[in-house]
Amino acid sequence: MLVQRTHPVQRSQSAQSWRRMRAYLARNWPLYAMCLPALVLLALFSYYPMYGVVIAFQSYNPAFGFTGSPWIGLTNFKFIFNLPDFLQITQNTLIIAIAKIVSVQVGALVLALLLNEVRHLGFRRVIQTLTYLPYFLSWVVLGGVLLDMLSTTGIVNLTLQKMGIQPIIFLGSNDWFRPVLIVSNMWQQVGWSAIIYLAALLSISPELYEAAAIDGASHLQRVFHISLPGIASTIILLAALSLGGVLNAGFEQILNLYNPVVYSTGDILDTWVYRAGLLSGQLSLAAAVGLAKSVVSMLLIIVAWTTARRYAGYRIF
Amino acid sequence: MVEGKSFGRRLFMACNYLGLAIFATLCIAPFINLLAISFSDRSSAMGGFVTFWPVNFTTASYNLVLSTGGFYRSFVISVLRTALGTALGMLVTILTAYPLSRTGQEFRGRGVFTWILIFAMLFNGGLIPWWLTIRSLGMLNSIWALIVPGALSIWNVILLMNFYREIPSELDDAASIDGASHFDKLFRIYVPLSTPAIATLTLFTAVGHWNSWFDGMVSMTDVSRYPLQTFLRTIVVVSDLSAMNIDPSKMALLSDRALKAANIFLATVPILIVYPILQRYFVAGIKLGAVKG
Repeated sequence: MLVQRTHPVQRSQSAQSWRRMRAYLARNWPLYAMCLPALVLLALFSYYPMYGVVIAFQSYNPAFGFTGSPWIGLTNFKFIFNLPDFLQITQNTLIIAIAKIVSVQVGALVLALLLNEVRHLGFRRVIQTLTYLPYFLSWVVLGGVLLDMLSTTGIVNLTLQKMGIQPIIFLGSNDWFRPVLIVSNMWQQVGWSAIIYLAALLSISPELYEAAAIDGASHLQRVFHISLPGIASTIILLAALSLGGVLNAGFEQILNLYNPVVYSTGDILDTWVYRAGLLSGQLSLAAAVGLAKSVVSMLLIIVAWTTARRYAGYRIF
Repeated sequence: MVEGKSFGRRLFMACNYLGLAIFATLCIAPFINLLAISFSDRSSAMGGFVTFWPVNFTTASYNLVLSTGGFYRSFVISVLRTALGTALGMLVTILTAYPLSRTGQEFRGRGVFTWILIFAMLFNGGLIPWWLTIRSLGMLNSIWALIVPGALSIWNVILLMNFYREIPSELDDAASIDGASHFDKLFRIYVPLSTPAIATLTLFTAVGHWNSWFDGMVSMTDVSRYPLQTFLRTIVVVSDLSAMNIDPSKMALLSDRALKAANIFLATVPILIVYPILQRYFVAGIKLGAVKG
């Protein structure tokens, strides 16, 4: 009885909502059409490869594809975690990545503070133009320049020789390889990263500096009590976000600069995956390392975003 | 602003200007040195006599690079991928940012779509599954492998979405009253008013395409299909000069160093040409950021 009595009401309601739906779609279907290209690209080049990580749990055979290869559970992971190489490349990755993050952020902050003291705008622009040029060049170009300048007949050893110092084989030495990576990474990044700090510094009200000057604060005091607190949220934000990148030690840079002699200090997760997978054809092992890296990276990015949101009000969408 | 005129302050300013000038010079010194080498003759380059000015000036290295087919072929591939890749990338970015800039009420399912994008930013399958995907789609050795897989940049979409949101809603409302569809609004209001943002993204996308080399290295099996940066890597990093198909007799007067250096500079010329434009755009962007605080 109850059902029969409410039935006509429900029908008219559903007819009404159907009409509303059609009106909504007639007006707003373009919104969905506009998303379509992005969805297709995501499906093909993000989500299908995500599904492809199943080969990390298989003994992958290219003839059978992602679905047909035999499952072997965690065998690949057990094998990798027992490799002495794995500990070494993880350690290299973390050391190089953290050293790069710290050196670039500190360098950029110092550069921005010094540029902020420059009152001559033309001079500031020239310095900036020259310092962020390397940011727009590829690691093939920068690597080519470095390979030449650090060679035994390169400009660096030429200069050392004039100072009476024996030539150093920078890229063939485990003592020098990491310093070269860190300094050359600063060369590419510092000028660019300083832009963000400089923009934050320029947005600090000049009245604060004037008031401090009238109160007798020295220039150095003004830096520590106005400039640095004024950009503290920017510093915290960049530090928090950089956490997401501690497993990315600079694949493109290292791939162009390293050689087997410096594997013990310079081989990182990404270069290992590339060599094992695409050069040696151990696709399942390489995919397993890649998957482990992706999962840890994802957790780090989540922590980074959450921290950035809590302490600096950062939002992505 | 009250400027201190004390001796200590003047000394600091002098050191600051000098220090910055030295630092900036060090940043470009390696390029000047290599440029000098590219114009120097064999014995000077090999002997390590070149500093910041060519020794025994010659353009032989450039003549040789430009007279072989390999450089041109890769140059054309790079121009093509940059043009097509930037066009496709910007089209996708412009289209995707629009629905995301609308409210969840107007664009039902916005939440789901946002999560699909966020998850793709958080997690990826890694190099090997990505490469196997490219291969299984039959894209290996096709120029589309350099264009399509990277066409969607989620960061660029977010940037443009935020730009769309800054556009006054009165314009949107007025257009709706006049019966404009979403496509009308996007292409007649949002795109024209976002020109600065779109120009900046276009330039950065183009530079990214020009500079990318790893995709060419793993998706092309033959040097003749390499984009310029991948070709350059074969010459400069792998040191495989055979990729250039040079007549050995022509190498008598030339050093490998000068030849590599010439390749590097010729590949960098397009970046140097757009550099002033690039700079103008991102300097404007900084000013905008500074005003907004």
